Amino acid sequence: VCTSRFWFNYRHVANTLSVYRSVKRLGIPDSHIVLMLADDMACNPRNPKPATVFSHKNMELNVYGDDVEVDYRSYEVTVENFLRVLTGRIPPSTPRSKRLLSDDRSNILIYMTGHGGNGFLKFQDSEEITNVELADAFEQMWQKRRYNELLFIIDTCQGASMYERFYSPNIMALASSQVGEDSLSHQPDLGIGVHLMDRYTFYVLEFLEEIHPASQTNMNDLFQVCPKSLCVSTPGHRTDLFQRDPQNVLITDFFGSVRKVEITTETISLDRNLADFESK
Amino acid sequence: FQLAIPVTVIFTPESVPGDLPRPLPFRDVQEMEISVNLRTSITSRYEMFYRSTTAQEEVALDAATAQEADVALHPLQDTSFGSLMVFVVPETSSLLPEGISVYVGKHRIALVRAGASLAALRTRLRQLTQVMSFTASSIATALSDRVPDGQLGPDAGRHLKSSLGYEITFSLLNPDPKSHAVEWDIEDAVSRYVQPVLDKLSLVANFSVDSQIQYYAVLGVKPRFDKESSSFLLSAHSLPHVINPVEARLGSSAASLYPVLNFLLYIPERSHSPLYIQDRDEAPVSTNAFHSPRWGGIMIYNVEAPASPQTSLPLRVNVDMVRVMEVFLAQLRLLFGLSREALPPEFLLESPGNEGLADWELDRLLWAHTVENIATVSTTLTSLAQLLDQIGNIVIKDDVASEVYRAVAAAQSAMAELATGDLHSAFQASKEAVTSSERAFFDPSLLHLLYFPDDQKYAIYIPLFLPVAVPILLSLAKIVREARQRKKEPTKVD
Repeated sequence: VCTSRFWFNYRHVANTLSVYRSVKRLGIPDSHIVLMLADDMACNPRNPKPATVFSHKNMELNVYGDDVEVDYRSYEVTVENFLRVLTGRIPPSTPRSKRLLSDDRSNILIYMTGHGGNGFLKFQDSEEITNVELADAFEQMWQKRRYNELLFIIDTCQGASMYERFYSPNIMALASSQVGEDSLSHQPDLGIGVHLMDRYTFYVLEFLEEIHPASQTNMNDLFQVCPKSLCVSTPGHRTDLFQRDPQNVLITDFFGSVRKVEITTETISLDRNLADFESK
Repeated sequence: FQLAIPVTVIFTPESVPGDLPRPLPFRDVQEMEISVNLRTSITSRYEMFYRSTTAQEEVALDAATAQEADVALHPLQDTSFGSLMVFVVPETSSLLPEGISVYVGKHRIALVRAGASLAALRTRLRQLTQVMSFTASSIATALSDRVPDGQLGPDAGRHLKSSLGYEITFSLLNPDPKSHAVEWDIEDAVSRYVQPVLDKLSLVANFSVDSQIQYYAVLGVKPRFDKESSSFLLSAHSLPHVINPVEARLGSSAASLYPVLNFLLYIPERSHSPLYIQDRDEAPVSTNAFHSPRWGGIMIYNVEAPASPQTSLPLRVNVDMVRVMEVFLAQLRLLFGLSREALPPEFLLESPGNEGLADWELDRLLWAHTVENIATVSTTLTSLAQLLDQIGNIVIKDDVASEVYRAVAAAQSAMAELATGDLHSAFQASKEAVTSSERAFFDPSLLHLLYFPDDQKYAIYIPLFLPVAVPILLSLAKIVREARQRKKEPTKVD
């Protein structure tokens, strides 16, 4: 979810699209991704390279590409829609791609980025979502067993305040900075004229680029990403609500999709001729 | 929770054990308690009715094999959902093959050998009733969110959750259209083989079936070439990675919200034929298929290389739908949790044939789904009540309230029907309860957005009202002072 609009918030859109791209590369299909963006970067009149969104100064990687499916764009990215998607209280006319159809065996990854403060996250310069609302929404998801395990990553200023209030089980949270600190952006690009990425997400992405679908890296490695020397802010994490030890949790449990598979050993025997009879 | 199963045990004249407690016919009730967690437990009552055979039944039991006896007995009985009939035949009867002491038929009838004594018979009967209705573990699986973690077996997350409908999609993946021009007569196969199974399951849920053909869809994994068998092999641990790249290309219907079951048939490219799947012991799998719980199944169909190398490409391939459907329907059964679990070797289960599942297997599904539905309803309504307690200013519309009442009434009637053993109406009532409770819980009007913490209230309203309040209070004070002075002045002047 990218909660900002306007040209100078280019980096938030680039953050979200980069995470989207990594998640797709590790195997999660579009039908399982709900992407909320204010989709105004690629075709913005101020973009010197139209139809592209870059994540790195040397313009190596166009994260906008051909394969981006934005489910909620522009003015549809509101607190109300976000909470509706999470809790499932959606008007019946909403199409399948805009819904979160998860059940009690689904692992959910939520990534949010934008401008935030102590206890809230700003949505598109006009509204806010507070950490209490978010915690209540997660609790309603838990009551309805809409998730098995949930990983919440937030890259904003004072991000750790957003996960302080969670009280439902099986949630793990990561934030790019503690309360009172600001998350900083990574590098400006002189050609495009704005900052391209935020530091925390940049280093997380470098980490994710080395993961492939069969990899066995676990969450403890993700916690080590972006130490203070590189990130200037102190990333934080919260694992007390999580039942498994983070050491045993694979990155691909959330970022990729590795399914349980069983070999089919039984067959039933169908009678060809009898079937002929029945259809007449 | 009380679940009642009516069981009728019928003795042929030669097989009446000598040590029956009372003369036939008589009734007996056996209860068994399954406790799921500290607060929930299920009592299952087996209402046994013992009697001897009627003349017509004896004629039917004179048949040569057990299958024929089953076919002959079925029209004589009126077995409703959830009830069982067990015929006890003499120990030496030739009706059952050697070494088999229990035979379970396609409908709700079983044949049991009398056994050495009443106690042995009772053990067999208990095992049999558990197989044909439900076991402690299957009920625990149905109630999986109430069971404390760690007690559930690996089966817990496997079976499909009870839902009001399912969408089944058959897809043919042809990555190499230049070499193989594949035709499959899916419509015919569906109406002939799949539809009867779905008709039988139509009591459980609504099914909709689609099919599609995808060209140039490849598996995400490269198979190894095995020199000894000169074939390509996919090992068991690369199978989980096969599904994802393919799934991105499979569409699903935009309007339906039901869970989707995908069945894929993959024709390997000419350069990778023949392709076999290996299981963990490196042995080739006979069905050449695998499935993923709650998702669907994939089968690999190998096309024979043409005899002469000069045959023109593309080869016309006509898919043998029977072989394919046998595997897909077996996978469908497994996805629903209808596997033939480990049974003692003396049990013989009749294959269900073209209908796909036996009546008693349908009963098993219904028991599990009914229990699951009722549990879901109670969790949903409880959490809705908790939500309303926490946030006082949510407005409940009238139709939401009526849905809640309807859900409660339906759940109560479902539990009552379960206690009397009427499985069919219990299931219908539980379905209605689930629909109503889901509609009430997920009503879009229940979204609470307004969260006003106290400090926000102070922060917003004080700066607004305080500056306005200051001159008002001051002038009020001035008025009060003047009024008091005026009251004092008349006394002063006079």
